[in-house]
Amino acid sequence: MSQLLQYLADGLLIGVVYGIAAMGLTLIFGVMSVINLAHGPIIALGMFGVYLCFTVLGLNPFIALILVAALGLLLGLIIYIVAVHRVLNAPHLSSLLATFSVNMIIIGIGTTIWSTSFRNVDYSLGTLQAAGISLPATRVAAALIALLVTGVLYWFLYRTRPGKNIRAVANNRTAAELMGIPSTRVLALSFGIGTMLAAIAGGLIGTILPFTILSGGVYELKSFVIVVLGGLGNPLGALVGGLILGLIEGVIPAFTSVGWVPVFEFVLFVLLLLLRPQGLFGAKK
Amino acid sequence: MKTLRSPGLWLPLLLVAAFAVYPLITGSASTRESMFTVLMSVALASSLNILLGYTGYVSFGHIVFFGLGGYVGFYLIDEQGWHLFPAALLGGVAAGLLALLLGLSILRLRGAYFALATIGINEAMKAFAKQFALFGGPNGMELNFAIYRGYGGANAALWLVFWSLAVLALVVIFVSFKVKKSKFGLGLMAIREDEDAAEVMGVVAPRAKTWAYVLSAIFPGMIGVLFFFKNGVIEPESAFRLHLSIELLVMVMLGGQGTVLGPALGGAAYQSLRRTLLTSPMFRDIQLVVAGVLLLLIVLFIPSGAVGWLRSRWAALRRVLE
Amino acid sequence: MILQVNNVTKQFGGLTAVKNVTFDLPPGQILGLIGPNGAGKTTLFNCINGVYTPTRGKVSFRGEDITGAPTYRAARLGLARTHQIVRPLNELTVRENVIVGACYGREGLGLAKAEHVADEVLAFVGLAARANLLAGSLNVAQKKRLEMARALAARPYLLLLDEVLAGLNTAEVSGMIATIRQIREQGVTIIMIEHIMHAVMNLSDRIIVLNYGEMIAAGTPEEVSQNPQVIEAYLGDPELAARLLEEEKR
Repeated sequence: MSQLLQYLADGLLIGVVYGIAAMGLTLIFGVMSVINLAHGPIIALGMFGVYLCFTVLGLNPFIALILVAALGLLLGLIIYIVAVHRVLNAPHLSSLLATFSVNMIIIGIGTTIWSTSFRNVDYSLGTLQAAGISLPATRVAAALIALLVTGVLYWFLYRTRPGKNIRAVANNRTAAELMGIPSTRVLALSFGIGTMLAAIAGGLIGTILPFTILSGGVYELKSFVIVVLGGLGNPLGALVGGLILGLIEGVIPAFTSVGWVPVFEFVLFVLLLLLRPQGLFGAKK
Repeated sequence: MKTLRSPGLWLPLLLVAAFAVYPLITGSASTRESMFTVLMSVALASSLNILLGYTGYVSFGHIVFFGLGGYVGFYLIDEQGWHLFPAALLGGVAAGLLALLLGLSILRLRGAYFALATIGINEAMKAFAKQFALFGGPNGMELNFAIYRGYGGANAALWLVFWSLAVLALVVIFVSFKVKKSKFGLGLMAIREDEDAAEVMGVVAPRAKTWAYVLSAIFPGMIGVLFFFKNGVIEPESAFRLHLSIELLVMVMLGGQGTVLGPALGGAAYQSLRRTLLTSPMFRDIQLVVAGVLLLLIVLFIPSGAVGWLRSRWAALRRVLE
Repeated sequence: MILQVNNVTKQFGGLTAVKNVTFDLPPGQILGLIGPNGAGKTTLFNCINGVYTPTRGKVSFRGEDITGAPTYRAARLGLARTHQIVRPLNELTVRENVIVGACYGREGLGLAKAEHVADEVLAFVGLAARANLLAGSLNVAQKKRLEMARALAARPYLLLLDEVLAGLNTAEVSGMIATIRQIREQGVTIIMIEHIMHAVMNLSDRIIVLNYGEMIAAGTPEEVSQNPQVIEAYLGDPELAARLLEEEKR
């Protein structure tokens, strides 16, 4: 019993962090219908950002996240301006390939600088014991930060003007433009925030698990699954989707081989796309 | 016979034939190997183009057919003692059946949803292959070298695979041309332009899309068998490599989607570029960056690809380039 | 009867776009479908050719129940339509657009025969000179003709025309009216949605008036234009009848 509880707790903690990564992907899709295939490498950059701040500058990894977030936002703005803006109204393939080319560029630069060997942030806050389960404090901290980020994102989207503008553009770009909302700036900002979320998620995962520059790809795929679970374009759904995915990953190994987890995940993913493309919680259109 | 006289057909056929004959002239195994890669890219990209270019559906995980076909064929050759040819045929059939099954379900999805679903299917297959003991699980399978003896030794076997691939590439180009010039192809292109309007005009889109998907899956299935037979090893990561899938999209895009010549040209150009970058001391380390920048420039500035650009630039070329 | 629409209702959530519409259409007629914007005219078309499945009710075409059948089924049976907002297949040529219509329409022609039909139809609608241009490059009036050409190439029994005159100038309107007459003379039954009153009054054998999804009147152009309910609902304009008849005489 306590074994299962342990699995559940592990799953939930990592699930919240997955949720942040997926939130970034789904925000971008919701606002501009672009699937950002550079999402994985950006997650990896977040990991390396925290790693470098920790090893080179000696910064506390969780403080380093602030710097990583800021750089993530900036990177997102640049990617939007250079690669995405021109293809927004082109067929899907164009935006997919444009963001994939960014993926190639980041991975190319990353492997040149850091090779593909494993790194990890050697940082521990000890272990928390409760109800017969033990949890590494860094994981708990990562999950709490992820929740905090979600809260801030919600405050931003629902309580501030730029946030409201983002929602307006997501809802109907033409109408928003007619009402005088500067759509290009809003789109760039959304892409920046989506990228920032990916970088933060990467930074958090980096404090928990070892990684290489290629590790982002795995989390990108997980983000796809989560986004579909929560409904494409629905950020809060992404958090819930993240929790569900975390639970699946936590609980399935208790019953069968870990190798079946991705089989199950991706079959679920395809089935959801087919049966409930609006996500588990979205209203039917 | 009229079709044979059309430059839209023989230009790409000639191109492919040139790649096939080149190693015969040099006689070296290394040119054969690099031309194998080129011909494989040409054939895979041209197959993908039937779905992507003609029908307008972006299959991101198209490599799943290559992987599945490869596994089925490899298993038949290695474990059941089949000859390469029937095994390749069955690899194609397996891929086609998967496409048929998928076609009846995921082809209902449009745009980004379809693209995502194809990624999901590829990843699910990869994860499944890792668990599937019959196909060797995560380590895959290794070809017993004694098998090459049946083909007159390893060298002869490798040449046989090469020629088979060359023939297959020619067939793919021919099929691609025939589809484009047929009533079926016209229906596909109508779907690409506006699926709802096409249906209102009477195109039975669900059926047409499914056949396009099946057609575009059969050849990768067969090519997978040839490739892994040559390779001697098959394992999940190399069979269902999403990266290769995306490279195929790049090739189609580079040459010009929806054209017959484009994917052939794009496949060849992409592979030569890659080889050049990989062997150049200056670019070797940053080949991915260079390729990425190039791709971005193409997507941003010549989205219709080389052939599409030529056709729109010089109207006279439209009769020559298909 | 070529078309029987029986108690067709279409609801979107709480909104009833079409409510209990019933009518029969004998072959060879032109039926005008009029009503204010948002009256449910295009929705009714969509229910007839299968874009929408009606919430309730039944649609039969040449004796066959096609309620909620896919649009291609209706097309194959000989029901063609044009779209209010034109939908050309942009990256195909004008000629190829029309060939699609001929290949996949009622007769399901092979490519060679379809090419022949396409050239014929293009000449008929006056687009022959533009046959090899990309459809996306046409202007609005030409795109409307292309819609019409595609529908005609299908050799339909019944043609649904959705505002083919809207956005055309006076000369283009009279050209199109002549074209529609000729189509009817070839034995094609037509239902047309139209806002240009003198045209629809002029062309139609019978007229149906929709308002808020309901059929408020049906009859000859004369009857309909004198129906007080129509006058009130349609424009709230008591002068309407007089003006319409005036226009009709011109």
